[in-house]
Amino acid sequence: MPQQDKNNAPAQPLLRLENVSKRFGGVLALSAMDLEVYPGDILGIIGPNGSGKTTLVNVITGFQRADTGKVHFKGDEITDWTAHRIADQGLTRTFQVMRPYYSLPAFKNLIVPLFSPRARRTGGWRGGGKMGSRDTVAVDILEEIGFERDSYVPYKMASSLPTGYLKRLELARCLALRPEIIICDEVFSGLSMSEMASMVPLMEKLQMEGITLVMVEHRLRELFRLANRVVVLNFGCKIAEGTSEEVMALKEVKEAYFGSEEVFGYV
Amino acid sequence: MADKAQDRRKERVDRGIKVRTDGVYAISSIAEISYLLVPRLVLIVGLLALPLILYKLPYWQKVLSIICIYSLLAIGFDFLANFVGLVSLGGGFYIGVGAYAAALLNTKLGLPPILTIPIASFAGAAICTLLFWPCLPLRGVYFAIVSLMFPLLAARVIEALDIFGGTDGILGVDGLPSGWVEQYVLIASVLVIVFGLRRLISEDVGLVFQGVKDNDQAVRASGINITRYKALGVFIASALGCLAGGCLTHIYMWAGISQFALDFSIIPIAATVVGGGGTLIGPVIGCLILVPISELLRDFGTLRIAVYALILCAFIVFKSEGIMPYATRKYQQFERWVTI
Repeated sequence: MPQQDKNNAPAQPLLRLENVSKRFGGVLALSAMDLEVYPGDILGIIGPNGSGKTTLVNVITGFQRADTGKVHFKGDEITDWTAHRIADQGLTRTFQVMRPYYSLPAFKNLIVPLFSPRARRTGGWRGGGKMGSRDTVAVDILEEIGFERDSYVPYKMASSLPTGYLKRLELARCLALRPEIIICDEVFSGLSMSEMASMVPLMEKLQMEGITLVMVEHRLRELFRLANRVVVLNFGCKIAEGTSEEVMALKEVKEAYFGSEEVFGYV
Repeated sequence: MADKAQDRRKERVDRGIKVRTDGVYAISSIAEISYLLVPRLVLIVGLLALPLILYKLPYWQKVLSIICIYSLLAIGFDFLANFVGLVSLGGGFYIGVGAYAAALLNTKLGLPPILTIPIASFAGAAICTLLFWPCLPLRGVYFAIVSLMFPLLAARVIEALDIFGGTDGILGVDGLPSGWVEQYVLIASVLVIVFGLRRLISEDVGLVFQGVKDNDQAVRASGINITRYKALGVFIASALGCLAGGCLTHIYMWAGISQFALDFSIIPIAATVVGGGGTLIGPVIGCLILVPISELLRDFGTLRIAVYALILCAFIVFKSEGIMPYATRKYQQFERWVTI
């Protein structure tokens, strides 16, 4: 378990949710959610389908508005900020359904984040802002994230890339912003076993580089290798929080995933 | 194999010279330099020579000016639709705003056309962008419908409130010094804008525009304000439209509510379909074809709309890519049948 003891000292949470609720018509997608993410964490968020995981990501990153409650990031209240302003502060996300620019080659996909105000501010890229330098930086980031430079994968059109590379491209888009937190919405879903096996060390590498990770996942085996803390959601409520062993031992979590035995008793 | 047509398919291979001219090595021989330059020079020299060729035909010289005015609108439409992702039917509104702005500056303040046209372009574009600002979060067909409302609304508002001369319009606007000035100003602006915009979209800013079109959520997640970029796109497109409108008002020496006509919204779209969207030069070629046809068919009265519709249908059904992408493909690639 990496960096398990990091939170022994009472550190200031990097991201904090207080009593956040979100309702879609009659469905309560998130109810009174509290959450804290500390610097250096890999926080896993799990839960059955429809338990509000993606809504949580959307609310944190400003793609949807919370009905009640507050979201704090680095001491600022970001509840009402626009999505681009939140990303500009270094709180980035990937999308579960990949959102590359299909009509552009893979490395040109990264020009957009590299052109953003944050990337230009935090930059310090070699070559400064001169023409062509962003292309070089883009290919460097892609190589770091696992695109084989020599096999011309970074130069292929995004529309012709397989899912594994598109997931990495999502991460690369976040990395181009030099983020403080990356919220990964199911980076393991849709990947083959070998692609997943190479993704795990990549996430560890990102953590070593000082990026805090929040991973929303269905692939529990891979997630538990990474996460130092796990939060379980069901029907928009947080039903458990702790290390992976603690969480999976709980009766409520088993019931959320597999259904409760009492139901069968009545039938 | 049952069907013979199924046994073979068309294979497209880039021509050697196309590959050799991709990079900096294009300057290594005359053949490769001319491979790149000839198509561009054909357009530039061809457009610049047209007023001289039509020297004996003043009527067709006027048509050339109208072609350029529609071309400016069509380039703006193509840029907005294919590089920013906003399908705008507001062409008539841009023309009208530009026309009224230039006419007011000329008649009320007494400014000469050399000042009114640039001021009308930028001030008009600013007005258009401000009015379109609330509609910018809309996408696709919703933006198209709202943008179509603007020219209709503007004409009715001027008519009902009887402002800016009401239904009579603004009379007594100065004309341009001569037909030559009129044509060369328009042709020069078309050429500068076509090549300028092509340069813009291949820069990094252009990639952000394309990102907004391809996937606006990903651009937001990259920390970029998409509304600002959409507004910039609308500003560029409406500046082109207002420039065209400013020129139009000085050519006609009059500004009126007929300059909010839907022709200015529809013909640029037709020209973009015919010439090929996403090329920026295609719309100019489309205008060079469609506007003269429309003039030739003037004798047939309203029947020309029917002919227009047939041409459009034929293009959409048989050559939906448009002239320019087709020609580019033929120029850059071999095609051959290979058996499977």
